[in-house]
Amino acid sequence: MSMNNSSEKIDRGRRSFIGVTAGTAAVAVAPGVVLHTMAGAAPRSEAVTSDVRWGMLIDTAKCADGCDACVKACDDENGLNLQIKPEGEGDAKWDQQVAKWIRKVKLQDNATGHLTNLPLMCQHCEHPPCVDVCPTGASFKRADGIVMVDRHTCIGCRYCMMACPYKARSFIHEVVAEKLTRAPRGKGCVESCNLCVHRRDNGESSTACVDACAAEGHNAILFGDLKDPESPLSKALGALPSRQIRQDLALNTGVRYSGV
Amino acid sequence: MKRIVYREWRLTPQRYWGLLAILAAVAGLGGLAFLYMEHEGHWVTGMTNQVVWGTPHVFAVFLIVAASGALNVASIGSVFGKTLYKPLARLSALLAIALLAGGLMVLVLDLGRPDRLIVAMTHYNFKSIFAWNIILYTGFMAIVIAYLWTMAERKGNPYTKSVGFAAFVWRLLLTTGTGSIFGFLVARQAYDAAILAPMFIVMSFALGLAIFLLVLMLSFDQDGRPFGDSLFFRLKNLLGVFLGSVLLLVLTYHLTKLYGTKYHGVEAFLLVSGGVYTLMFWVGWILVGMLIPLGIIYHPVLGKDRTWVASACGLVVLGGLAAMYVIIVGSQAYPLEMFPGQTIIASGFYDGVNGEPASYIPSLPEFLLGLGGIAVAMLITAVGIRVLQFLPESLADEDVDPHAAAKA
Repeated sequence: MSMNNSSEKIDRGRRSFIGVTAGTAAVAVAPGVVLHTMAGAAPRSEAVTSDVRWGMLIDTAKCADGCDACVKACDDENGLNLQIKPEGEGDAKWDQQVAKWIRKVKLQDNATGHLTNLPLMCQHCEHPPCVDVCPTGASFKRADGIVMVDRHTCIGCRYCMMACPYKARSFIHEVVAEKLTRAPRGKGCVESCNLCVHRRDNGESSTACVDACAAEGHNAILFGDLKDPESPLSKALGALPSRQIRQDLALNTGVRYSGV
Repeated sequence: MKRIVYREWRLTPQRYWGLLAILAAVAGLGGLAFLYMEHEGHWVTGMTNQVVWGTPHVFAVFLIVAASGALNVASIGSVFGKTLYKPLARLSALLAIALLAGGLMVLVLDLGRPDRLIVAMTHYNFKSIFAWNIILYTGFMAIVIAYLWTMAERKGNPYTKSVGFAAFVWRLLLTTGTGSIFGFLVARQAYDAAILAPMFIVMSFALGLAIFLLVLMLSFDQDGRPFGDSLFFRLKNLLGVFLGSVLLLVLTYHLTKLYGTKYHGVEAFLLVSGGVYTLMFWVGWILVGMLIPLGIIYHPVLGKDRTWVASACGLVVLGGLAAMYVIIVGSQAYPLEMFPGQTIIASGFYDGVNGEPASYIPSLPEFLLGLGGIAVAMLITAVGIRVLQFLPESLADEDVDPHAAAKA
């Protein structure tokens, strides 16, 4: 009994402390929450429009050999590092089955030996072959140019993976134990880079890979609105010679490269 | 010429149930393999993010292609008016339905989300050839069932020719659709070719006829029905013509690709340096699947021997599977050419570093699922000919061949 009494006393003390702390925290945080909601309200409550087209310019001259900050940032941002190798699976095969949205590629020119480093991900085509071939329409392009997969209607046929010229898509081969709310994931569906679509919907101005590249001091990736002639992206595209990977396919990609 | 009489397959019950038990066991293993892959996820298969379609697709596409080809014998009778072939029309249509059902089963059970089949049936993207194929497959089933009805039901007889014609046109569209699943893929060097559609059509002629001949010979042999030389020689010679046509289209496909320098990489891979895929192409498809069967079929002695011709049909089937393996898996193993004139020397996602092809090692569950599809097709056929009147009582020359009958 005495033990119970003493624990009750302690409880009362904790409760009042928690109460005061929570109250103080609420007063301190509430204006921020309201502001954040107001800031986010516009993009979330209104339909995505085609007034913008999100895109990127990757300056391969600035992309550093051996740096994989963009890959790691993407893994963190989209919960790709939460994928767990199933028990009994070999390392080598798992590495070929685990989903990756962005990878670093190093090229050597056959004639000159010139080396180029670049990150490669979904190129967010204006005419995406993955969207053309998807039988259910699960692979789709948003009005703002982002190509992504509707995970409610993806049947896991992988035809989009057959059709993508950039091998940008991954299939979820394993049971998913943990995932992030902003990047839902399920066994048996296909996914790929969506230009951090949750950030777009929250009105944020960059992607995880862009931020990581900038934090490393490389600034090799520039993100922005291709339709706005005044955007830093459009200005950079005007200043630097750039091209699309597999330009011959005339897909008008949203991701452009300079120095390839 | 006598009136054609159809009779149920009179196999002894022991043999019949024994056959069903074996087929059901193989189909059951396929079912278990599906449950295992569905429960665990595709990591238990050999498929990866580099080779996304594997052994199940080899079997599924093989069966679907063979299905449309199996209908040819019926079309020759109904559409082209060759009375000699008419007694075979019912079996031809049944086999077409059975093979398609087996193939579709494998295709659906290999989906990442087979539970969402209803989504595939209710959400259509009409720019997708895959979506069109779903319509083509279900339409094929419906038309061929109607076709069977017109043949089996006296009231339907007047419509046999018109429904048979619709079925014939539909089967050509279906195989065009199947070939186009690959032909339309602009991104991959081995695909992106219109010739894949007609190539799949002539492949379907050969594969469907080889399977048809095997089933016909086996079922007739088992309950001692007469099968005259007149029809037998025509069917096996027709198989020879179909195999020759496949050879021509395969040659044209590769010559076309070889002519332009930009495809030399993929051609060198498939024809010379592709390891197992090169072996599958030359030995599996060209030699075992076409040249040896052609040699047997047109051999003055062996070509008259039914066991040899049946072996030739078996080789055509094996060659067909090898062909699908090269077309489906080999073409994915060859890395996408994204940077012409450059070599990828490092990549975090297997982009063919230093030209290294993507690896794919088929797993047992995938193989069992594929075999399960064949077993289901054979199960439908066996039950069909046993309980319904699909097989003609006799294919003896004097019963089916107007010329032989006239001579007699």
